[in-house]
Amino acid sequence: MDTINGVMWVALGSVLGGTARFWLSGFVARRVGETFPWGTMVVNVSGAFLLGILAASAASHGIFAAVRPWQFAAIGILGTYTTVSSFSLQTLALARDGEMIRAAGNMVASLSLCLVAVTGGFTAGLYVLG
Amino acid sequence: MQDHISSSLSASGQTEKHPPSHVRRSPRWQTFWDRTGSYISVALGSIVGAVARFLVSVLFVSQFGDGFPWGTLFVNVTGSFVIGIYAALTGPDGRLFVSARQRLFVMVGICGGYTTFSAFSLETLRLVQSGRVQTAFVYLVVSAVTWIAGVWLGHALAARLNRL
Repeated sequence: MDTINGVMWVALGSVLGGTARFWLSGFVARRVGETFPWGTMVVNVSGAFLLGILAASAASHGIFAAVRPWQFAAIGILGTYTTVSSFSLQTLALARDGEMIRAAGNMVASLSLCLVAVTGGFTAGLYVLG
Repeated sequence: MQDHISSSLSASGQTEKHPPSHVRRSPRWQTFWDRTGSYISVALGSIVGAVARFLVSVLFVSQFGDGFPWGTLFVNVTGSFVIGIYAALTGPDGRLFVSARQRLFVMVGICGGYTTFSAFSLETLRLVQSGRVQTAFVYLVVSAVTWIAGVWLGHALAARLNRL
């Protein structure tokens, strides 16, 4: 029963997260072109930053320490907003086109920027909330 | 580079039959309904993917505990595998013919909602914060390698199926 309730909150959040990703990644791709997957990177880095803030709220007994708000915003919205599958597919597409440096650059930049972003979000969140 | 996801957006609506000109909606309305349909496809797929991810993580935590983020690793690898197969099977050289909207539903919606980069980032940070730096590093490297291996394997499998 508890899991079913969680499913509902995750499903609600996922509609917001999925459509936001679709809109933003398309918007960035139309603006800067599609030779490099900037749209997916912008989505993933911003999502990691926001999740860092939510984690800081949870750590300092804020609203996201509760189960339902976490399921809705962290697992539902931000979990769906960010994506690995598009990242993997776009990295493979770069590699198959012989763009090895861009493929490796996409991997290194996405991974390092997301880790920096989640750490920055967490630190900023603690600073503001703590 | 051919971006399989974004390019399908611009192609959406081309597969639809237009009614005769005297009942045809204005181009602006047509664009509006095409976009609305794309967003609904993505939203419905996102629900399927996100709920599957949530249930997988509940299952993995109950089976293996929460010492290592096996659930997130599992969804990200399998999601990469599925998008690799599907993109190649339904691509220009693929043997399956699907509408642009079906591609949005499966690739942007289901696969995109099922996999998650933010949870991966937070889990890595939490491993570092709890002093398990080596485990964090292993998680990072294993993730990066298996994601790409997953999408490559899916693509290779679909390429063989396409040649049958």
